[in-house]
Amino acid sequence: MPMPDKTTDMAGVITLIPDGASIMVGGFGVPGSPFCLIEELVRQGQKNLTIIKNDSNEAGMGVDWLLQSGQVKKLITSHIGLNPNAVRLMNEGLIEVEFVAQGILAERIRVAGAGLMGFVTDIGMGTPLAEGKQRVTFEGKEGIFEPALKADFALVHADTADPFGNLTFNATARNFNPLIAMAARCTIAEAERVVPLGKIDPGHVQTPAPFVDHVVALPDLPEVYGIVER
Amino acid sequence: MALLNAKERMLRRAAKDIEAGMTVNLGIGLPTQVMTYVSKDLPVCLHSENGIAGVGALVTKDKADRNLIDAGGAYISPVPGASYFDSAVSFALVRSGRLDLTLLGAFEVAANGDLANWIIPGRFAAGVGGAIELAQKARKVGVITTHTDKHGNPKILERCTLPLTAINCVDRIYTDMAVCDITSEGLILKEIAEGVSVEDVVNATGADLTIPSAPLPTF
Repeated sequence: MPMPDKTTDMAGVITLIPDGASIMVGGFGVPGSPFCLIEELVRQGQKNLTIIKNDSNEAGMGVDWLLQSGQVKKLITSHIGLNPNAVRLMNEGLIEVEFVAQGILAERIRVAGAGLMGFVTDIGMGTPLAEGKQRVTFEGKEGIFEPALKADFALVHADTADPFGNLTFNATARNFNPLIAMAARCTIAEAERVVPLGKIDPGHVQTPAPFVDHVVALPDLPEVYGIVER
Repeated sequence: MALLNAKERMLRRAAKDIEAGMTVNLGIGLPTQVMTYVSKDLPVCLHSENGIAGVGALVTKDKADRNLIDAGGAYISPVPGASYFDSAVSFALVRSGRLDLTLLGAFEVAANGDLANWIIPGRFAAGVGGAIELAQKARKVGVITTHTDKHGNPKILERCTLPLTAINCVDRIYTDMAVCDITSEGLILKEIAEGVSVEDVVNATGADLTIPSAPLPTF
């Protein structure tokens, strides 16, 4: 029984994304950021997007392209300190920014991908990040209910994929990618290499293919994926 | 080695508290520089929240792996025995108490151990990153900071004035003037930088400071 083939073309798959979509984007800094998928989203120009990503990339790359083209309505993120454009847009009220503690952002995405409604934590108690959140008392301790965080789409960068959508990631390019792949209604993965079925050892698969809807093979990587000159 | 300046001696003093067998996370900025003063032979696991346990030396751009950075974006090498993991696993490690020590920067620290290091309303609000979970859940939390801000105002206060990162979390403060411990009895002066008097430290501290009667070690 052959596995389904989910390989597709970049332009076609990004047309699935409508205006107003919520989109999770992989990456922590450059490693794991799906620059080519983002670039196509900028070319197509979908508007009023909610972007969920650990950081907002640095100025002049990745999510910053979407910010500069005015496609982002809201950013759910843990840190935007390396991108002065994002800070300026937030301060001028041109985008809404929701800050989430980094591990809580990861866990809210993870539990969504695990089919759960949320979790209870003491992280943030006594700080501004706990304000307005639902309190839960369990075994005599007070915690905060953190809801699962889902999205319409996930844009993932993988090192290697097979046509069915099994994925592997390289070094610290893993970060949020396997989490967002599980938490979106439609997961689109770009991969540096697409290898034939069976070429990835089943025990080495990091994101199992049933979580992945579409696979796009990248051409030669553009410079933005390379070493950052600061 | 040339004579160390006050900042270098502060970093070297903090490095002394990194012990064999520990798993450690060093915050971006000053804390990361502590590694300069840790012996290369000391068996320590350095965690970075972007998904590695086993951070090794920094590498130059011509030798860098584009997929291998620390949480501050510096290109690094892995040590033998290192592992990579996703961001949920990375913070599972932090929240479940596997970090023996974290060293963090600070805008303000209070005598009760409250830490403020992520937001200055109206001036700096770039997001909290991983600081809340590191501060709240590492078994020991050290703060590395200049004793006063650039205007000479104390950064160690009776109560923080800025929004908090975490409450009652800091165990030890390393500054260019002193090492102070935060205990149930309050803030205690433990060590003093060479060339600094107890009176200098007291004057630069915005909280009650207990001065032990025994002579203080210098660093």
